[in-house]
Amino acid sequence: MTLMIGIPRENTEGEKRVATVPEVVEKLIKLGFKVAVETGAGDSANFSDDAYRAAGAEIIDGAAKLWSSSDIVFKVCVPTTEEVGLLREGGTLIGFIWPAQNPELMQQLAAKKATVLAIDALPRQLSRAQKMDALTSQAGVAGYRAVIEAANAFGRFFNGQITAAGKVPPAKVFIAGAGVAGLAAIGTAANLGAIVRANDTRAEVADQVVSLGGEFVKVDYEEEGSGSGGYAKVMSEGFQQAQREMYAKQAREVDIIITTALIPGKPAPRLITAEMVQSMKPGSVIVDMAAERGGNCELTEPGKAVVKHGVTIVGYTDLASRLAKQSSTLYATNLFRLTEELCKTKDGIINVNMEDDAIRGLTVIKEGNITWPPPAPKLPAAPAKPAAAKAAAPAAKSHGHGGAGAPMAGSTLAIMFAVAALLFWLIGAYAPAAFLGHFTVFVLACFVGYMVVWNVTPALHTPLMSVTNAISSIIAIGALVQIAPPGIAEVRGLILALAVAALALTAVNMIGGFAVTQRMLAMFRK
Amino acid sequence: MSESLATVSYIGATILFILSLGGLSHPETSRRGNLYGMIGMTLAVLATIFGPRVTMAGIPWIVGAMVVGGSVGIYAARVVKMTQMPELVALMHSLVGLAACLVGFANYFDPSAAANLTSAEKAIHEMEIYIGILIGAITFSGSIIAFGKLSGKIDGKPLLLPARHWLNLLGLLVVIFFGYKFINTHSVADGMIPLIVMTVIALLFGIHMVMAIGGADMPVVVSMLNSYSGWAAAATGFMLNNDLLIVTGALVGSSGAILSYIMCKAMNRHFISVIAGGFGTGSGAPAAPSGDAQQPAGEVVAVTAPETAELLREAKNVIIVPGYGMAVAQAQHIVYEITQLLRDKGVNVRFGIHPVAGRMPGHMNVLLAEARVPYDIVLEMDELNEDFPDTDVAMVIGANDIVNPAAQDDPNSPIAGMPVLEVWKAKTSIVMKRSMASGYAGVDNPLFYKENNRMLFGDAKKMLDEVFAELKLA
Repeated sequence: MTLMIGIPRENTEGEKRVATVPEVVEKLIKLGFKVAVETGAGDSANFSDDAYRAAGAEIIDGAAKLWSSSDIVFKVCVPTTEEVGLLREGGTLIGFIWPAQNPELMQQLAAKKATVLAIDALPRQLSRAQKMDALTSQAGVAGYRAVIEAANAFGRFFNGQITAAGKVPPAKVFIAGAGVAGLAAIGTAANLGAIVRANDTRAEVADQVVSLGGEFVKVDYEEEGSGSGGYAKVMSEGFQQAQREMYAKQAREVDIIITTALIPGKPAPRLITAEMVQSMKPGSVIVDMAAERGGNCELTEPGKAVVKHGVTIVGYTDLASRLAKQSSTLYATNLFRLTEELCKTKDGIINVNMEDDAIRGLTVIKEGNITWPPPAPKLPAAPAKPAAAKAAAPAAKSHGHGGAGAPMAGSTLAIMFAVAALLFWLIGAYAPAAFLGHFTVFVLACFVGYMVVWNVTPALHTPLMSVTNAISSIIAIGALVQIAPPGIAEVRGLILALAVAALALTAVNMIGGFAVTQRMLAMFRK
Repeated sequence: MSESLATVSYIGATILFILSLGGLSHPETSRRGNLYGMIGMTLAVLATIFGPRVTMAGIPWIVGAMVVGGSVGIYAARVVKMTQMPELVALMHSLVGLAACLVGFANYFDPSAAANLTSAEKAIHEMEIYIGILIGAITFSGSIIAFGKLSGKIDGKPLLLPARHWLNLLGLLVVIFFGYKFINTHSVADGMIPLIVMTVIALLFGIHMVMAIGGADMPVVVSMLNSYSGWAAAATGFMLNNDLLIVTGALVGSSGAILSYIMCKAMNRHFISVIAGGFGTGSGAPAAPSGDAQQPAGEVVAVTAPETAELLREAKNVIIVPGYGMAVAQAQHIVYEITQLLRDKGVNVRFGIHPVAGRMPGHMNVLLAEARVPYDIVLEMDELNEDFPDTDVAMVIGANDIVNPAAQDDPNSPIAGMPVLEVWKAKTSIVMKRSMASGYAGVDNPLFYKENNRMLFGDAKKMLDEVFAELKLA
């Protein structure tokens, strides 16, 4: 028996998205499912009933009939009480649920003996869960749309231009919070040509901000803001004070502020005060993406765009829905990937495997039993570690090679010292005084050589070898002193021959070595 | 010139040598550094010739030997090609080794050298002679073999004798035994036999040691022999009670030792295991088919020279990774012309040099310098390895093991843990190679099978000529 996936029309006020798109319908059918779509479900996202029909879906008129004939229902918005009433006993529901915020809804669904997968409860830190991460895909769309809304309300170009009609300065955009939405906004605004600055309490996102073409503005206060699972956490009072000063400064300088700061399970942090809004240039724009959770700006009115102190404050809570075709397509793909995970056999039957970390996290109600919250998943190692490693790397690099600066293990060092001490003791005990003088010179010279050579740049290693080679022909002196030592009158055939031969050999080396080094070094140029 | 004056000159020469090595810390100061070296050497030689230890009777001999040797040296320095630098350096090391041997023997025959010594001093003196000749002989024969291998006169594959470690140990014991006998002899004639036996063993040991080392380990061998030639000079200094020789020898010795260490580190190998030999060119014990190493999966995508030119033309950031193949194909000049052309078009072209690319430390830098590539775009591995993700095209010319991702990904790979240039992180990597043959480590390279990798098969110079012609057309 293959299961029927039902796609009802979203009936929440202002919601334009739809839970699946014709392209994905085809893929679902390939997985073995039947798909039913309510009449007009995709209209506001520009997907006609015909398009769904062409993709192989059955079009059902009326919500009641659709809900009753579907084994699995794909939703976008949190279901209303009426919708829960329509859900078939023991049916399966997939969509946004927000179980923490909607305890009554959970009870109602449990009473229906339903199995509910909340796409918002996905354990996002699992890397294989990313393909199903609807929060990310929707936030990305919202971030893009936030910039477009800002551009719409803003009376100037984003990019700087020098035209015959005069010079246009580029718009300055400040983005508070560099999560998925914030990063999408940074990229979009930078692509439009604006000067983009961004801030986040999590220091590790600085690189991402820069990589998208933004500039990371630091709060002048030391504190790490990474909470569990990659979200931000509430910061200390001292930090917040420093942060407020930074925001006040940015408010005076920039034309557009886009705020995206959210902390899970808490009202949105108040970042932009009424005074800051007042200090902004007339015609500036604030897009408050946290409007739904109270807003990052004091003057935000959720769901509306208002003008206060000459500043347009956009508080739309449906930014993703305002780009319905795009957000629906991405959301549909997220749900399709989830369906793939549920139906590995590709026979149109789902298996809610509670052993699977990702599925376990998603499943908030299993056959009428509330299974939320899930047991704590194995969190990835604290992200502080890579930061520490990064800090260590440049330190090691500071010295041409890195090797010399690296400290040795204590035990190795101890053994080396012990061996050296033993050797020195032996030499001291048995060697005559004359030898010791030379030995001192030798050891010190080794150290000087060690220190000097570590400074040689790797690019010059070949010249280094040829010059040391030339210098090592200093051995010529050994030959020289034997050619004709004073006080010996007779010519000493063998010794003379050996010495002259040695001298000739070292002369090859000495003069050839310096000459070839000179030739090589002359080639190195800027 | 008095004894003291000669000594002061020696101190001056020592300082100049140290400054000479110090000057090599930067290309700007390196030429002056070389000049310091020359002045120091001249000072040392002149101070010796006109010092108290040499009479006028020796001058004709000295001048004759210097002129003959010097002319050969200058001739060699003029005609050597930059690709042949490793061979030349190896050959020159052998000369130092041979000279150390000859000086040692001459000193032993010299009755005046050991006169007026107490018995303990005499024992020490003879030990110095013995050790000096030992190091000299090993340096000599080892360098000759290294020269043969580098110039292709001897097969680069490691020659592995059965029980070679035991042979080496036996040799060492025999050398120690004869050393003991040598010190306890009373006349020069008696001492000759142990001395000659030891020299022969040392020569054989030098041959054996270098024969057992594969082509890819040559940078380590060359720098090790560099070090030995220094220690030979230092040992001669002890023998002659000459501090200048001791200091200079120690400088050269530690320089070579550090280079060997850097090379070993760049290959993630222990010095001992390199010296023990048996790695490289996968002949005696092929490393790859151990069964544990992962076989790379995927398809090899070949491209043509025009397609390569296309990729380069569209790139903003290009990193070129040269290897020994570029030296073999003599392709450095055309590489420079392509670089020049791309840079004129505003493309950011840089070179990434792995420490062991080529056959001696810094080999690639010299080749690129010869081709007039400015040194400020020639960077070390550590300096640009993080930049590959932002790079559009990474072009690998005749290198293999130094860009092998298996070193990072596959713990069973024989080269696991070796630092490599992460070219696969670039948007596209192009590998120029003559065939799909594996590198010196005998390890298959998963890079070739990566999705974003393209292979440009053929002789590096010929292919780059074609790429250059295509680029010029546009």
